[in-house]
Parts: sequence; structure tokens; C-alpha cells
Amino acid sequence: MHVARLSLVDFRSYPAVDLDLARGVSAFVGPNGQGKTNLVEAVDYLATGSSHRVAGDQPLVRVGAERAVLRAVVRREDREILAELEINPGRSNRARLNRTALPRSRDLLGVLRTVVFSPEDLALVKGDPGERRRFLDDLLVARQPRFAGVRADYERILKQRTTLLKTAAGRSGGPRRVGAADLSTLDVWDAHLATAGSELLSARLQLAAELAPHVQRHYADLAQSVPKAAGGNDVELDYRASVPGTDAAATREVLAEAMLAELERRRSEELDRGVTLVGPHRDDVVLAIGAMPARGYASHGESWSLALALRLAAFELLREEGDDPVLVLDDVFAELDDLRRGRLAMLVAKTEQVLVTAAVAADVPEDLVEHRFDVRAGEVSRV
Amino acid sequence: MYEGIVQDLIDELGRLPGIGPKSAQRIAFHLLNADAVDVRRLAGVLVEVKAKVHFCAICGNVAEEEQCRICRDPRRDTTAICVVEEPKDVVAIERTREFRGRYHVLGGAISPIEGIGPDELRVKELMQRLANGDITEVILATDPNLEGEATATYLTRMLKPLNVRVTRLASGLPVGGDLEYADEITLGRAFEGRRSVDD
Ligand SMILES: Nc1ncnc2c1ncn2[C@@H]1O[C@H](COP(=O)(O)OP(=O)(O)O)[C@@H](O)[C@H]1O
Ligand SMILES: [Mg+2]
Ligand SMILES: [Zn+2]
Repeated sequence: MHVARLSLVDFRSYPAVDLDLARGVSAFVGPNGQGKTNLVEAVDYLATGSSHRVAGDQPLVRVGAERAVLRAVVRREDREILAELEINPGRSNRARLNRTALPRSRDLLGVLRTVVFSPEDLALVKGDPGERRRFLDDLLVARQPRFAGVRADYERILKQRTTLLKTAAGRSGGPRRVGAADLSTLDVWDAHLATAGSELLSARLQLAAELAPHVQRHYADLAQSVPKAAGGNDVELDYRASVPGTDAAATREVLAEAMLAELERRRSEELDRGVTLVGPHRDDVVLAIGAMPARGYASHGESWSLALALRLAAFELLREEGDDPVLVLDDVFAELDDLRRGRLAMLVAKTEQVLVTAAVAADVPEDLVEHRFDVRAGEVSRV
Repeated sequence: MYEGIVQDLIDELGRLPGIGPKSAQRIAFHLLNADAVDVRRLAGVLVEVKAKVHFCAICGNVAEEEQCRICRDPRRDTTAICVVEEPKDVVAIERTREFRGRYHVLGGAISPIEGIGPDELRVKELMQRLANGDITEVILATDPNLEGEATATYLTRMLKPLNVRVTRLASGLPVGGDLEYADEITLGRAFEGRRSVDD
């Protein structure tokens, strides 16, 4: 698939911009702070409903404006789809598909798919477990948009249940004290948490199992010329669940049972602390290189290779399902050495549409680029 | 903090459901800037609605008398009770003409975030009705969203020891929404296809 046209109104630094885009590699070049990332961020937001740079929506709306509007004409095989999204910080976004309003903005997910490589990817390896959970969940949603609903349900149930625990622990300062009847509803929230949680957990376990061999292969490829000092180059990707005894082969029912049992076992601790301690929101994906955990042990270069390997694996899984996702390379070439640049260039050459940003033209391998845009002071012009 | 009465107004507004401190402040200043006539009309309606409208002593629906129209109607089936969150849900279900029994209005759904547990809902009243009457079926028609589902699960567990058939509306209702937004045909079908729950 590819984006044939992109229009933004009051998104980030752009009061209004209209761009015709094509298949192949488009490079957006200009000094820092000119609005290059803002463009590709818009494409990614249309695809995922979130940004790779910020958690909240407010920074996405141009300062002084009330809302932002993103429009893209997406071409898939020979169909053309118009996707429109209005970002309303603090309220719910509104989406339209071919000019028809959708019941919820998340119904737009799946129309456009992206894989973004950016300097922030290093956090996949070096950052908190939340970064890796988000990586898995975003990929789940890209493959099966229905998981956006599962994820939202899980988060809502979790918030309800945690509020109940907090109130019971007497630390909410809420409007009222908790009664015996409220505690009897904890069982109910447990049941619902286990239902939604086991669905998410099961999907994540399977995804992690599917990803692992791809990540291993890409890492070995990226690290080939530099054998590791000790322990070899083997990469492990191990989904570490907060519920014991879980593996990718377990059915959802088994996982739900295991989650309920663990909730029961840790209930008094949860009541003491006012925190939900069991469930996919407490899980991690442990990455290891040569039997040592990557986080805290891997060198800068190794961390980069592993982060790239994760993104490459994600790209591959999405591509296996047919349509190429739109590949976004935000400022990454400058970060990489020749070998890693070369590997990325190979992927780029075979992808339907690639959007690259760079501060100087020399950062992007010259022979790759088919369409070049100059980005300067919020003006985007074709060269 | 603002001076005396202004802060009182903000505090009162802040106690309304779904209104946080920020919204309370915004509404308060909106009222301060509004025409005196408009504000007096709003105050009048508030006082009048409180004086005239009650909640039905049996089902909790809005009523202008001691009991609501439905509970007073001798033609209604007294063996079936349909449990809903709000009076507006009664209106929605009445439109389908699928149900000839009576209602029980809970006054909301379980939601710790909003400080609502079973004690804030008319759950005790429901249990009393079941203890006294000749009720054989309870239909749980809470909203098809997370809080509505949690409330239904809770009630199912409470009702289990009693010897009544507990049913839940069939799926097919727009998930995540309010009952009242379902169109008549969809809601009617969900009613007809209701299933026993044995959770
Ligand atoms: N909400 C916003 N309103 C106005 N300007 C913004 C907003 N968000 C970011 N910007 C501006 O956008 C510029 C950064 O654009 P960006 O695309 O990240 O630059 P780069 O070209 O280096 O990728 C900064 O100058 C920043 O001030
Ligand atoms: Mg940038
Ligand atoms: Zn009544």
C-alpha cells in the first residue's frame, strides 16, 4: 500500500499542507526543527492512532489551534481509500472513511499500516518494559485491528479494578469510604480482568513466539562482521509474564484460570498496596544477547542492531500478510554505520513506499531516492 | 480557591456526575457571565423537577405519583423483571414492545472510578422485590459496555442462590455503547433472543 496524497490542517507546525506522494522512496531533507518528522508522524498517527514521539494528543495540535485534521488518500492494490481523522485533545477523535463518519476513531485502524524506524527505537532495548509491551501491542493492532478494542477494554477494566483497590487501601482520598459490598465486586472485576487479560496475553505470547526467529535472523545478519567478545551473538526474546506457568501453547481458558489463581494468591498484597500486580500490564519482553540481558549490558552498537532487528521483524510479519506497510525512516540513517545502513537500504529498495527524513542529503544513500522534498520553515517543496 | 459563594458554586457543580474540578470552574464562570433571566429559569426548573418528579417506590423509574405508570398497570406481567441502569433505558425498551413485565431501575452501573459500588445502586431494593414477590425471571439489560457487563456479572452472582431464571440480552447490541442508542429492531431482537446466564 502507499499514501498517494497527504493533507494536514493545524497539525504540529503546519497550518495547512498538501502533498502528492508516490510509490518508491521519498526523502524529506532540511535542517533540524523544520517540520520533517511532523510530516511522517502524521502518516503514522493515521495508521496507529498514536504518535511515536508523545503519549498525549495536545502537542500534535498546532499551538493556538483547537483541533488538527489529517487526510490521506491510501492506495491498496487498485483501490483508493480516503481516510480522515480529526484530533480533538481531551475529547474523542473523529474519523471518516470515504467521507462516511465512523462510530469510533479506532475503526480507522487497519486502513493504513506503517512501520516506523526512529532514533527513539533505542528505547525498545534500553527502556522500561512499557516500551516493549507497546511494541508488541502496536504490532498486534496493526495485524488485527480488533485488538485495539481488547487493549482498550483491558486498560479500562484495569483502571476500574485498581481504583477499587486504592479506595479499599484508603489512599484515594475519594468521595467516600469503601464498603463490604464494594469488596464483593472485586471478584467481578477479577473475572473481567482475566477475560480481557487472557486474550491479550495469549495474543502477545503467540506474537513473541512468531517474532523470535525473525529477530534472531536479522540480528545475526546485522552483527555478522563483528563477532561478540564472549558468548556468541545469539539473541533471545523471552516473554516474561506476571502470571506463572504461561506459554504460547496455552489456551485462553488456561491463561484466564492461571490469572485468576494468581490474583487470588496475591490479593492481600494488592489490597495493601492498592495496585493490580497481576496481568499483561506487568509483563516484559526480556531481550538477551549471548545469554546476557540486553538492557544494561549491551553496547550502544549492539542495542542499535537489536532495535533494528525488532523493527525489521515487525515489518516482515506485516508484509507476510500481503500488502507492504508504508516504511518510515525518521532520521535513522545518520545514526547507523555502513553495515547497518546497507541492510536498511536493502529493505528500502524492495518496499512499495518509503518515507525518509534526514537533516542533510548525504545521510541518505544517494541511489535510493526517487522523490526529493525540501523542508524549510514549514514549507515543503519538491526538488 | 475563590471567595465564599463562588467557591460554593464550584464545589456543588463538582459533585455532579462526570464533572471534574476544571469543568465545574468553567460552568461556574459561564453562569456568572450569563443573563440573570437564563440562570433564574435554570434554577426554577431544578426546584420544580425536584418538587414534582419522584422515583417510583417500587421500580425506581421516574414518576409523578408514588408509583410509576408501569407499576400501576394491572395488565403488566408481575413474574418478570427487567433490570436497567437508567429511566431512559425503560423508554428505549418500551419502544420495542417486546416486554410486558415490570422494570427495576438501578440508577447507574458499578464504576469504582466514579465512586459507584452496589451500595450506591438500587441493588438492595431489587433483592427485596425478589424475596417478596412471585418473580420467576430477571432480565439483565444493563448497557453493553464494561461497567454494564460488570454490573450484570455482579447481579448474576447475587441472584444465583435464589430460584429465578436469570437472562441477559442477546449479543448483537452495539458493543461499548448505551442501550438507548440501539435502534428498536436491534434491541427488540436482543430481547427476544435473551439467554440464561449461568456464570
Ligand atoms: N503543536 C505544535 N505547534 C506548533 N509548532 C510545533 C508544534 N509541535 C512541534 N512544533 C514545531 O515543529 C518543529 C519540529 O518539527 P520536526 O518535524 O520535529 O523537525 P525536524 O525537521 O527536525 O524533524 C519545532 O520547531 C517545533 O517548535
Ligand atoms: Mg526529526
Ligand atoms: Zn415503577
